[in-house]
Amino acid sequence: MEITFEHVTHSYDANSPMANLGLDDVSLKINDKKFTAIVGQTGSGKSTLVRHINALLKPTAGKIIVGDRVITSETNNKNLKPLRKKVGMVFQFPESQLFEETVEKDIMFGPMNFGFSESEAKDAAHKMIELVGLNQDYLQKSPFDLSGGQMRRVAIAGVLASNPETIILDEPTAGLDPVGRHEIMDLFKSLQTKGKTIILITHNMDDVANYADEMAVMSQGKLVASGLPSDVFNSQKLLEDDLLTLPQSAQFAQSLAKKYFQFDKLPITIDELSAEIKQQVNGD
Amino acid sequence: MNKLIMGRYLPGDSLIYQLDPRGKFLLTFYFVGIVFFANNVASYVFLMAFVLFAVYLSKINFGFFIKGLRPIFWLILFTVLLQLFFTPSSHPIWHWGFLTLSKESMVIASYIFVRFVLIIFISTLLTLTTTPIEISDSIESILKPLKKVNFPVTQVALMLSIALRFVPLLVDETTKIMDAQRARGVDFGEGGLIKRIKSFVPILIPLFVSSFSIAYDLAIAMESRGYKDGEGRSKYRVLKWSKRDNVTVLVMLAVTIILLFIRSY
Ligand SMILES: Nc1ncnc2c1ncn2[C@@H]1O[C@H](COP(=O)(O)OP(=O)(O)OP(=O)(O)O)[C@@H](O)[C@H]1O
Ligand SMILES: [Mg+2]
Repeated sequence: MEITFEHVTHSYDANSPMANLGLDDVSLKINDKKFTAIVGQTGSGKSTLVRHINALLKPTAGKIIVGDRVITSETNNKNLKPLRKKVGMVFQFPESQLFEETVEKDIMFGPMNFGFSESEAKDAAHKMIELVGLNQDYLQKSPFDLSGGQMRRVAIAGVLASNPETIILDEPTAGLDPVGRHEIMDLFKSLQTKGKTIILITHNMDDVANYADEMAVMSQGKLVASGLPSDVFNSQKLLEDDLLTLPQSAQFAQSLAKKYFQFDKLPITIDELSAEIKQQVNGD
Repeated sequence: MNKLIMGRYLPGDSLIYQLDPRGKFLLTFYFVGIVFFANNVASYVFLMAFVLFAVYLSKINFGFFIKGLRPIFWLILFTVLLQLFFTPSSHPIWHWGFLTLSKESMVIASYIFVRFVLIIFISTLLTLTTTPIEISDSIESILKPLKKVNFPVTQVALMLSIALRFVPLLVDETTKIMDAQRARGVDFGEGGLIKRIKSFVPILIPLFVSSFSIAYDLAIAMESRGYKDGEGRSKYRVLKWSKRDNVTVLVMLAVTIILLFIRSY
């Protein structure tokens, strides 16, 4: 589903003296079936931005077009289920949404709300638990007996189980070990190749470089850049203003560039970096 | 939601804001007490004039005080109507069955109404200009003499301020959890009663779990920073009684004396 933000402004506590702008006139297009990363400092409005996509927040001004739905400040709270079925969302701290007696029931909760039959939901739970890297034994455990990382995987499974077309991930790998992080990121990438649209909020620039097709940079409620990661990471201005840091490969290339090497465009992944080095070494 | 539970403190600066919260707290209760001495038109007008003057000094928009009336609007209406129609009288202007309306009942009903307004305005003035934490500090300070009889004043005060600190945390947590469950297809406030009650289970359980873990973390954090109650703890927020507060007490005394003169006996 294509998602378009048109001049979206969101003000928290709009009518009080303490009003603060969470989003300030953001216009952005998120393409269908792409992997889009959203980055920006703490408090820059990333979470606020994505909450508009399934109408958990409504804009104070402007509109969001999600597939055939339009969300404005007037959108009412009824009849949002079809939208929320299509747009799945994994929250920043998904472990705080677990509540059922067993992991299985917790994963089934979303699908059942969206009208799956019990057996369909059960099937989904059995499939998803493997997908997020836990085995079937976990299904009968209490979600409260799991470690933080395991809870996170269960929560992710609970969102994927409803089979949403678009999946929003708000820092889904925070607190996972490095191997676990790669597994989960690979999972999201593979979901994308199966036709899902992925929107990922992250502070990890290597994940952006390795997995994202497109990226957007937020700062103080404003969208300051968007486009291909290779272009955005090469924007001198963003780097100078400290709105962005470079992935490790690009940092490495920058150091290399101080001696002997020369890069027209900073490589952002290991593969690009090694290809570039090879070429320059052999070329000499 | 936030504003509803958060107390209604409104950041600002004026004479009323600067008064010592202990004084404000006690004088507010005192004023609510003396409101019951008023018993004729002159005394009510006098008290009203005093309250409006205090409101004026606070420099807070009058609308906020009117809003303070809203939550108990029905209670006021009910009480006033009760007085209006059920006060027995020997000279009713109108009556129908057990309902009577008389001149006295009209007067009494309007007194009751003014009394409500006075009490609400003055307590709104306190809550708008005093942060909850200042109120809890004042309570601690006021209860201090009870230490002599081994009443755990510091613990009670600590409980109070932790409770106050927890309110916004829990509100945030609730919003977060509700959002997460909404995203999984829960519709709050839709369907029949049973369905609605059921839809709160997915909020309450995570909320319980997280409030226990917050409480646990808080206890550990306090201990690891060396918190120990009892003697000799100094205060981060020091309450200071100044000349202004003496003047306020004198003004309140004057109000009492004038009130005692103009009320009828
Ligand atoms: N419920 C709320 N009420 C009032 N202000 C809020 C609320 N949630 C967020 N804000 C404010 O909106 C701004 C953007 O917050 P947001 O949560 O979108 O940031 P973020 O980019 O997701 O940050 P992080 O990387 O820390 O998750 C911040 O200044 C924050 O203080
Ligand atoms: Mg966030």
